[in-house]
Amino acid sequence: MRTTTVIIGAGHAGLAMSRRLTERSIDHVVLERGEVANSWRRERWPSLRLLTPNWQTRLPGAAYEGDDPDGFATMPEVIRFLQGFADLVAAPVRTQTAVTGLRTEGPGYEVATTQGVWRCDSVVLASGACNRPVIPDVATAVPPSVAMVTPMSYRGPETLDDRGVLVVGASATGVQLADEIHRSGRPVTLAAGEHVRLPRRYRGRDIFWWMERAGVLDQRHDEVDDLVRARHVPSPQLVGSPQRVTLDLNTLGARGVRIVGRLAGIAGGVAQFSGSLPNICKLADLKLNRLLDTFDAWAGAGGLDGEIDPPQRFAPTAVPSSDLTLDLRRADIGTVVWACGYRPDYSWLHVPVLDRKGRIVHDGGVVRDAPGVYLLGMPFLRRRRSSFISGADDDTRDLADHLQRRLAGRRIGTRLSAST
Amino acid sequence: MTLISAPVDNGINLQALLDAREALSDSPEAAEFQWRATCSWVNGTHSRTTVEGFRGLCEEQVHQTAFHYDVDHPLCFASEDHGPTPTEIVLVGLAGCLTAGVAAVAQRRGIQLRSVTATLTGDMSVLGVLGADPDIRNGFRGIEVHFDIDADAPPADVEALVAGSQKRSAVYDALTNPTPVTVSVN
Repeated sequence: MRTTTVIIGAGHAGLAMSRRLTERSIDHVVLERGEVANSWRRERWPSLRLLTPNWQTRLPGAAYEGDDPDGFATMPEVIRFLQGFADLVAAPVRTQTAVTGLRTEGPGYEVATTQGVWRCDSVVLASGACNRPVIPDVATAVPPSVAMVTPMSYRGPETLDDRGVLVVGASATGVQLADEIHRSGRPVTLAAGEHVRLPRRYRGRDIFWWMERAGVLDQRHDEVDDLVRARHVPSPQLVGSPQRVTLDLNTLGARGVRIVGRLAGIAGGVAQFSGSLPNICKLADLKLNRLLDTFDAWAGAGGLDGEIDPPQRFAPTAVPSSDLTLDLRRADIGTVVWACGYRPDYSWLHVPVLDRKGRIVHDGGVVRDAPGVYLLGMPFLRRRRSSFISGADDDTRDLADHLQRRLAGRRIGTRLSAST
Repeated sequence: MTLISAPVDNGINLQALLDAREALSDSPEAAEFQWRATCSWVNGTHSRTTVEGFRGLCEEQVHQTAFHYDVDHPLCFASEDHGPTPTEIVLVGLAGCLTAGVAAVAQRRGIQLRSVTATLTGDMSVLGVLGADPDIRNGFRGIEVHFDIDADAPPADVEALVAGSQKRSAVYDALTNPTPVTVSVN
């Protein structure tokens, strides 16, 4: 089978790219291991909602049209939106088609799948940043009496046993699961490493209203001071809820969640936590206040101070516990939740484009050592927005243009060499 | 009138550090360092440690001179007080590491330092080391570091300097996180 471009993955990024290519009359297929929006259907926990408000949900030529623009979409709503978008743009999706190998083939690429082999000029990697949960090496030291779950296998607190729970990681996933599990009556200890503290609302507006309007989400990959750091910032401590609540360490601590430092080791069934928690909290508070300063400056310069609530500052994070150890057996811990982030799965990628840490080397999504290969959906791929759904709208516009220019150049080159 | 401010100079060769970060990221084996110390017992609780060679950048290195440290315990421990206690030496390491970090981070952020003073206290009950109470740990119950910093920057930026220094400190990390320690004998 032959086509011009193979898109791997029919999530929001792959579908957005499909529309961009259709608009440019570029022949393509979208290969999907399961069905449209597969990760949203099968790899998320039931209570999850998007962190971004509905008004921010947009893909090329389509946007949220419901009656709750300030709400946060549930997983069924996200799936409906993406399925509707796939239907609208008539994306040529091949479902139940898992990619088993991508390699170079002549001047182009060969994509082996469970449903045959495709040859193509270009490939768009849209299989996502969150294919595998990160489970640290220290997991091998967890006593057998303690169950372990990841955000991909977690399906609600009622699926855990009744004993205590250690949640490792305090990004969006970690704080959300700690909160939900604590509410179910199971005592929760939350191990917090470096994290990003954000209030749900600031001066009466959603935090994403600020990030959108003040231009934070549109900061470009070639503008930031330290791109490596920017690409590794953990997801912010946020939850999308109808009540628009803030969910940070202060909220959780006040509710009775025991906050401890980063999990540093487990020895003899005793978990050890880093003594750096005060500084970790200080860093997050300072960073939050710097962000709010930029918002206030932007609002002041834009003459918005009369229209919105006055500036405010939030109480510093109360570092409640100096506990450095937790005896998992004595504390009756039944479950450890590894909320330590995700990694992409490139086990099928047989093109030498990875750095020594297994990351694809790319310039704003243009893969460096494989001409014609493009990457989507990674944190800060081209802009801070890249990891959100609306990021795929903007990133695919840029990358489809690049792909089209390259294609045009190759065709001209082919004609020239044919005529000599 | 335009005020031209003098370039920030905290005595840190920032370009060398940035170049090193770039170069070592591409060759992680050169980033492998081994720090060494050799200690000889003198008498009683008095010992003398020498620091001279280390390994890094894929080769053996030496300091400009050998450094010697007398370590002992004070008179109230029935010792002769030929030098600081080992626990005080730990504070020396932490103070030196965090202070160097403050200077480096200040240089990176364009902040001119005028003075930096760190005061450290480490609390412990010696019932632990004396073996008199098994519920008391041998080591510090906690360490407090207080910085007095005079710099051309608003207070929040100075706080961020100190926080940034902790974030990148080897000794802070060694003290706040477990490290496997293997001791052998001939």
